[in-house]
Parts: sequence; C-alpha cells; structure tokens
Amino acid sequence: MNSLYSRRCDWGACAQRLVWSHNPSLLSVFSVESEPLYKKVISVVNSKRPVNLDIGTIKLPITSYVSILHRLSGVVLFLAVALLLWVFEASLESQQSFQSLKEYFANPICQVLLWGSLVALAYHVVAGIRHLIMDFGIGEDSFESGRCSAWIVVAVVAIAVVIISWWVFL
Amino acid sequence: MIKTLTSLGRSGVSNWLVQRLSAVVITVYLFFILGYFFINPSPSYQQWVGLHSSFSMRLFSLLTILSIAAHAWIGIWCVLTDYITVRLMGPKATAMRMIFQLIMIAVTLFYIVWTIDILWGI
Repeated sequence: MNSLYSRRCDWGACAQRLVWSHNPSLLSVFSVESEPLYKKVISVVNSKRPVNLDIGTIKLPITSYVSILHRLSGVVLFLAVALLLWVFEASLESQQSFQSLKEYFANPICQVLLWGSLVALAYHVVAGIRHLIMDFGIGEDSFESGRCSAWIVVAVVAIAVVIISWWVFL
Repeated sequence: MIKTLTSLGRSGVSNWLVQRLSAVVITVYLFFILGYFFINPSPSYQQWVGLHSSFSMRLFSLLTILSIAAHAWIGIWCVLTDYITVRLMGPKATAMRMIFQLIMIAVTLFYIVWTIDILWGI
C-alpha cells in the first residue's frame, strides 16, 4: 500500500495491475486504508476502457528479455547437466573412452548439442552474476542502471558465444 | 500449502539464500575448470584422471553437483509454480505440476548418484 502511495501512479496502470493480478486481497487493502482511492481504481477497472493484457503485443524492455532468457537457459541447463555428466564420465572412465570423446566432438550433432549447452551455461552464469551484483545493492537503484547492466550481459555473452563457437566448431 | 510441500527449503528466505550460495559454488567450479583448460588446453588422460582422483577435487566436484541439485530444484520449482498454474492451465494444473516436480526431483537425485558413481569409480 505504501508503495502505491509513494509512487507517482497513473490510474490506468494501477487498474491494469489489479486486473492482471486477480488478487482480491489487494482490494481489501484499498478499502481499509483509502476508500476514495479504492473507488477510483474500481471505476477504472469497471469502465469499458480497453485493457491490453496480451503480452505478445507489448513492447518489452531489454531487462525483460534478459530475465526470461535467464529462466529459459536455466531450464535448458537442467537437461544439459545430463550431457555434461555423460562427457565427464567418458573423460574419466578409461583411456579408450577418453579418446572416443574426440570423435564425438567431431560429430556435427554432438557439436550442436555441446554448443547449445555451453551457450546456455555462459548466458545463465553471466546473467546470474548480474543478479548477485544487484543483490549487493549495486546497480539496482534505477531502471536506467538495470537497462545498462542488461546490455552489458548481452555484450559479454556475445563475446562468450564467439569463443564457444570457435572452440566447439573449429 | 501444496506449493511449499515440494519446495526445497520450505521457505522463501532459505530458498533465496541457498540459490545464491549454490550459484557461487557452481561459478567458482566453472571458473576453476576454465582456468585449468586455459593453462593446459589439451590434457592427457593421465593428467585429467590425476586431477580428479585427488580427494580435494572429488570433494569440490561433489559439493558442486550438490549445489547444482539444490539450485536446479529451487529454480525449476519456481518456474513450475509460475507457469503450471490453475489460472494458466485450468483445473488439472495442480496434478500436472506435482508430476513435473516429482520428475524433476527424481532426475536431480539421479544426477547426484551418477556423479558419486563417476567420482568414486575413477
């Protein structure tokens, strides 16, 4: 509630957030602390004003893409652990299996799988380090700094992808 | 209630902390391995086995797979509880989410056992 008071809040956005969250408990907070505010928001919610909730048509900022890719790469990595453990096992099992890995690394399908796993790993780690830095209170003070660090993540991962591609395919 | 049942730490704060501590362990391990390959780009089988058969390295690898397991458990749990919901998927969502979570937990435990098998089979 305090955050709604302190922020310069436009009613359309407030109402949209309410519709979006479908959270009735939020309404009770409104009614206790500020009846006029509650009524105003409800009147906007109930108006025939069109509300766009189709996320596919909303232009998202770079921070949103960095965030969703962090999740996506995390899910990919959960599966990639199997591949990496298999490589780890073969590398340690015997001299023969160690040598056979070199043949696997020459196979295009294996190369693509390895490339995808390593790119997901690089992305997840770099975006994760951004999260950790933000947890220490650095660069989380404004949207501008968030956008800036998101672009740094993109740049660092781009360099990592070049190195990974060079290492896997050449 | 049904959400916290399959959560690793049963509380958001402990999950938050475990997620970050495990992330640090995994990152340190990753940079250690990267550093190793930077110094020695194509190790022989003997060198590679030598590295991983030392007790301290086995412990480090074990700690890392346990961190990966905890990290994946918390991360996948968050994703599942965000997207496999009744609001997005309909009334069957709760059952679906439980099945996915149990598969995730089984795979995670399998990864741990597999890694122990690799490390102590050298």
